[in-house]
Amino acid sequence: MTSSNPSAVRTHSVSSHMFEGEERQKLSLADETICLDVRNLNLYYGADQALKGISLKIPAQRVTAFIGPSGCGKSTLLRCFNRMNDLIDSCRIEGEVLLDGEDIFKRGVDVAELRRKVGMVFQKPNPFPKSIYENVAYGLRLQGVNNRRILDEAVEKALTGAALWGEVKDRLNDNAMGLSGGQQQRLVIARAIAIEPEVLLLDEPASALDPISTLKIEELINELKSQYTIVIVTHNMQQAARVSDYTAFMYMGDMIEYSDTDTIFTNPAKKQTEDYITGRYG
Amino acid sequence: MSLVNIKTWSKSGAPWIWLNAGAVAASMVMVLGLLLLIAVRGFGHFWPHDLMEVDVTSPDGTVQRVLGELVRSEELPASVLHDAGVQIPRDILTVERHLIKQGNRDTLGRDFVWYLAPRMGEPSYPVNAMVLERREWGNLYGYPLELKEGGQTVAQGEALWPALLARIERANDIHDEIRRIERQDIGKVNFRMEGLRLDERRMALDPNMPAAEVAQRKAQMAAERAELDAEYARLAEQLEVLYRDVKRDTLVAELMDGRKVNVPVANIVRASQPNAMSLFAKIGYYFDRFGEFVGGYPREANTEGGIFPAIFGTVTMVMVMSIIVTPFGILAAIYLREYAKQGPLLRLIRVSVYNLAGVPSIVFGVFGLGFFVYFLGGSIDELFYPEALPSPTFGTPGLFWASLTLALLTLPVVIVATEEGLARIPSTIRMGSLALGATKAETLWKVVVPLSTPAMMTGLILAIARAAGEVAPLMLVGVVKLAPTLPIDGNLPFIHMERKIMHLGFHIYDVGFQSPNVEAARPLVYATALTLVILIVILNLAAISIRNHLREKYRSESD
Repeated sequence: MTSSNPSAVRTHSVSSHMFEGEERQKLSLADETICLDVRNLNLYYGADQALKGISLKIPAQRVTAFIGPSGCGKSTLLRCFNRMNDLIDSCRIEGEVLLDGEDIFKRGVDVAELRRKVGMVFQKPNPFPKSIYENVAYGLRLQGVNNRRILDEAVEKALTGAALWGEVKDRLNDNAMGLSGGQQQRLVIARAIAIEPEVLLLDEPASALDPISTLKIEELINELKSQYTIVIVTHNMQQAARVSDYTAFMYMGDMIEYSDTDTIFTNPAKKQTEDYITGRYG
Repeated sequence: MSLVNIKTWSKSGAPWIWLNAGAVAASMVMVLGLLLLIAVRGFGHFWPHDLMEVDVTSPDGTVQRVLGELVRSEELPASVLHDAGVQIPRDILTVERHLIKQGNRDTLGRDFVWYLAPRMGEPSYPVNAMVLERREWGNLYGYPLELKEGGQTVAQGEALWPALLARIERANDIHDEIRRIERQDIGKVNFRMEGLRLDERRMALDPNMPAAEVAQRKAQMAAERAELDAEYARLAEQLEVLYRDVKRDTLVAELMDGRKVNVPVANIVRASQPNAMSLFAKIGYYFDRFGEFVGGYPREANTEGGIFPAIFGTVTMVMVMSIIVTPFGILAAIYLREYAKQGPLLRLIRVSVYNLAGVPSIVFGVFGLGFFVYFLGGSIDELFYPEALPSPTFGTPGLFWASLTLALLTLPVVIVATEEGLARIPSTIRMGSLALGATKAETLWKVVVPLSTPAMMTGLILAIARAAGEVAPLMLVGVVKLAPTLPIDGNLPFIHMERKIMHLGFHIYDVGFQSPNVEAARPLVYATALTLVILIVILNLAAISIRNHLREKYRSESD
């Protein structure tokens, strides 16, 4: 990988705003611990093939972004990681996804257990119409935790982790539907990290939010990556450039290019990738 | 208005708005009119009407004094009367006639009589005219003469009326005591006696019981029976004293035709002199009678007295029905919506369930009688109550079967409402739960079902509204004209599912169409109908307030 001056090349690319005081070091997949290992994954909806022989390694405690035009299969791929595709009757999967060396599609895998390890946040904020407290405590209660003291601690920790504690600490018993969209999305993230997953899947987490809320979510992602492996699907290329360490570009069910974010945005290997990130199609 | 104007007017959509608003207005007028009619006719019944005294000349020239309440008047074409052989002058076209409730069915034969206006003199309203509500033979209209105690005159003239009222109250108190003893104390003794009899039968039917135990139990039973017999004898004696006591006083009254009759005070429920009453007295009287209507027991083949057992029966039945139909309907809807494989078979089942709501209710009654009462009830009797046979326990129409039949009838409503509620829960919420590691069942019971409780309540509200007003099937499966006991009382197990009940809807039908005295019963039909409407409104309001509370609790943006 040749390292040219990033800022110079970025002139034809989207501007990549870095968070203040952050210095991005040069990353290489070869140095990373691998959390999710996707091996030759094919996915069909009935007769249509939505994912075509996808292979990639997702590093632990990094942010990996999937970009690509609508319908390219990036959300489908994301939903493979916690087997949300199981809910679709016509969906059929071939290949393997290894989480810490174990194939998640193997027979006998407890899907609920898998989803506890692989949390997910959806495009539209989807808090339960319950109190803020109960939203965050939901996952723990599912695991049988009902001790008030433990729950209190976990709720505070998760809300603090999701940068929401200061805003809601005085109204934990209010209905979560009364929060703003951005707050709801951070609440959903708090709900996901309350059960301390290994991986956090974010499916266009900021696309339904206003710019300020989006910025807060991005800052949050940046903070969370020290503890969690984060995979994010986004339409917004600035966002991918800003928050992610690695980026995969997908097109029509194929993985076109996968590399560290700087390389993808400054020096893509494939013409298709360059065309997409420069806005020539997509 | 020119043609062009009309065209633009019709294009503007205004005619549609007028048409729609007109339809709404027409419906409102009809509903309000119906309620108003029932309310006026029903509530008017309890008001003390003035007693009219009037001289009526019969065709042969004899003059007859008539005393009673004016019920209503109507204009009649003279020709009808001519055809009926009534002699009236040829030159008048219409004749007015008045229906007068003259009561005294025992002495006069007819208590409602039409009189032609031309034959009636000037009416007067004597202040001493009185109306006595009696336990038998309906109202007595007349004039009080004297009050006797054991054949001796005790009050006359001015002092008569207050003395009469005091003695009526005393008699009523004794009556209440008698009824309490008969219904509760003797009822309890009878209940235990019947229990003993059944125990004995059960013992006789059980061949495996050791002889020693049989002997011991028999001795025990004999002792218990002797105790009950003694208790019964004591109560009977008490009753006899009370019965003798209540017969003490007699009122001598003059009827409209001048006859003097002796009326036992024990036979009088209530006495009033409406012509002498002030407005406040009338209002007090009104509420007294209304209270008796709502809280009292029926008398005289349901044409007098109260409808309390019918109200009680209706409410109990609706409650039992709700308890049965809610879990059934909700579980069925959850299976249909959440678990069943969507396909032609499921569509068929769903259509069948929906169409069940359109089956005439009498068909459910027939099914309930054939399947629930005879088959299920008969089997239950053979298995659990063989000692009571051949008299059936559950193998006969009763509260439980009526509730079960209505539950079946209202099941589709609950299923449809619940299914719609489940379908309305956004899939993102389900996904959110699943993504946190919840299983499908956990998602259902912790998120989806609680969120759809308002919809389930809506289903229950509709079910209650339908069930409370249903009559036809109930006649076959457990509702009777007059139930001797309430379905809930102080004897174990407190709620008696096998008992027959009274029901407001059936009561309306019975009083209105099966009554021996149609004119007397007519106001009660309206009053009972009004009570039924009010009852349904109360039940619905209760359910709606619960639902709104739940909605508030589970408020979500999608709602």
